[in-house]
Amino acid sequence: MDKPLTKNIEIGRAPFDFKQYEAAGGYDSVRKVIKMEPGDVVNMVKDAGLGGRGGAGFNTGLKWSFVPPPDGGPRYLVINGDEMEPGTFKDRLLIEHDPHLLIEGMITTCYALQAQTGYIFLRGEYTICEERLLQAISEAYDNGMLGKNVAGKKGFDLDIYLHTSAGRYICGEETALLNALEGKRANPRAKPPFPQVSGLWGRPTVVNNVETICNIPGIVANGVEWYQNLGTGDFVGTRISGVSGRVINPGCWEVPVGITFRELLEDYAGGMQDGYELKAFLPGGGSTDFLMPEHLDLPMDPGAVQKAGSRLGTSLIMVLDDKTCPVGCIRNLIKFFAHESCGWCTPCRDGLPWVEHILNKMEEGTGSLKDIDILDEMTRYMGPGNTFCALAPGAAEPLQSGLKYFMDEFKAHVEHGCSYN
Amino acid sequence: MNNLIASTAVKARELTPEEIKEIEHEKTHYPYAQAVGLEALKIVQKYQGWVSDESLLAVSEYLDIPPDELEGVATFFNMIFRRPVGKNVILLCDSVACWMLGCDSLNEHFKKTLGIDYGETTADDMFTLIPVPCLGACDRAPVMMIGRETYYNLTTEKIDEIIAEYKAKG
Ligand SMILES: Cc1cc2nc3c(=O)[nH]c(=O)nc-3n(C[C@H](O)[C@H](O)[C@H](O)COP(=O)(O)O)c2cc1C
Ligand code: SF4
Ligand code: FES
Repeated sequence: MDKPLTKNIEIGRAPFDFKQYEAAGGYDSVRKVIKMEPGDVVNMVKDAGLGGRGGAGFNTGLKWSFVPPPDGGPRYLVINGDEMEPGTFKDRLLIEHDPHLLIEGMITTCYALQAQTGYIFLRGEYTICEERLLQAISEAYDNGMLGKNVAGKKGFDLDIYLHTSAGRYICGEETALLNALEGKRANPRAKPPFPQVSGLWGRPTVVNNVETICNIPGIVANGVEWYQNLGTGDFVGTRISGVSGRVINPGCWEVPVGITFRELLEDYAGGMQDGYELKAFLPGGGSTDFLMPEHLDLPMDPGAVQKAGSRLGTSLIMVLDDKTCPVGCIRNLIKFFAHESCGWCTPCRDGLPWVEHILNKMEEGTGSLKDIDILDEMTRYMGPGNTFCALAPGAAEPLQSGLKYFMDEFKAHVEHGCSYN
Repeated sequence: MNNLIASTAVKARELTPEEIKEIEHEKTHYPYAQAVGLEALKIVQKYQGWVSDESLLAVSEYLDIPPDELEGVATFFNMIFRRPVGKNVILLCDSVACWMLGCDSLNEHFKKTLGIDYGETTADDMFTLIPVPCLGACDRAPVMMIGRETYYNLTTEKIDEIIAEYKAKG
């Protein structure tokens, strides 16, 4: 099976430098793309059916197509490398072990978007990623892949800069990210206007996830049909999926889109550790609804997961075992979201700490049945349509599905507090 | 935090030549100086350990960003320290995967061995302990960082070894 995202990755050895990367077929997509019309590249990516890997899964080429035609002013590509969704560690793998793949993807994408500047917005804690990206960027300049006349193409000028951040999950929300990049507080912006039309400093901007852009070299170099054949059955492409929690071999791997949760959990992660059973799992990060063991045979595809009442999200699954308290797990997630709320709107700023307070009471056994009703009400109060961005609705997802699947445990907590140790 | 910025007693300090050199380099990456605000605070923190009122005013003057606005940025980002911290800042992940694999007991261990809880600094100013959200290494939980270094698959024994190394370095 072709593994376009991880073919150069070998844990334990240093990532390829420019020459090694090039010898392995690297930067071919740049040499090919500069002979194409930018609009044809956009269409190619659209036809490939690549969905964004940042969590929402929107068709990448379609997103690019909303960028207005060039007007002579600046246009930007911004890479979202904030990766702070609890349970998510895939962009770290890609950048730490093959930084040139992201740079190549950015160059090819900027050509398609006719953008002259690319920023990589990287969370500050990813210090190894930072060092390796700086190295890769500098090698790309030295080898004529960045700067003036990229790859010898007259008039194709491109600069790429690395911006390292300093914490806060909300910076991953694409409009908050743009504010952060401009040096402002990272509160989200109203949409519309969408960033494609008015983004960084009011100019057309595309924000894409790291993994999304790492897919571009393969698609451009090898074509739509090749890409579509990477998936299983009707599904297209590969993606980085992974598992954390009490499994034998936690980690993340490049898998064909469309394998089942069971295949990921058993074939890749080696199944549950001895003495632990699977109770439930979060299919794609802390802001997705719990799924249960009966959902294990679903394909890991956004549509299929949505039908089961959750979201594929980042497709890194987190396993809840039978010896871990589900109410405590939700309490931990809510504490995270309450802490990371940017404070802009009331349901999120005030709702999440209230939920946290109630869950703390339950832990100690001082909650009431009325509190369970309040929790239920809060999932709607913080739900879609009531808040300025998707943070609070995301936080509501594990809570609402937790109430659905673990009501007995909530009630037991009301009676005598947490009985897990 | 008491708002010293509003007081006239606080004056901007001089930025050092190293700080200015790095800030100037960052300025070449953006069309507007305001965008460098956070990077400049990080640069100052790298050299000074934290961002004092005097440092904040210095950056504000240097980049011509109103102090209130820069303070709004400084306090928004949890990795900018507006209070003094120890020489080594321990960032212990307390998000869900690390919680499942026992970060609470690691916190207890720090209390016992270093005598500090979250938000506290040892009496000798060697260590400050701060909880942080998911460090993006959940497959190797529990996880912590000290400075720019990340440590994985932590146990209390491993922590003792790591802390001993830092103590030996002085
Ligand atoms: C609170 C919040 C946090 C987010 N964090 C990230 C993140 O860390 N990385 C990311 O790629 N997308 C994140 N997203 C999604 C982005 O807003 C955006 O949809 C994504 O970067 C688009 O890229 P894609 O189309 O390539 O997926 C987040 C969204 C929300 C609401
Ligand atoms: S939902 Fe939360 S994070 Fe999003 S804008 Fe409102 S307060 Fe900020
Ligand atoms: S939860 Fe600790 S590294 Fe992700």
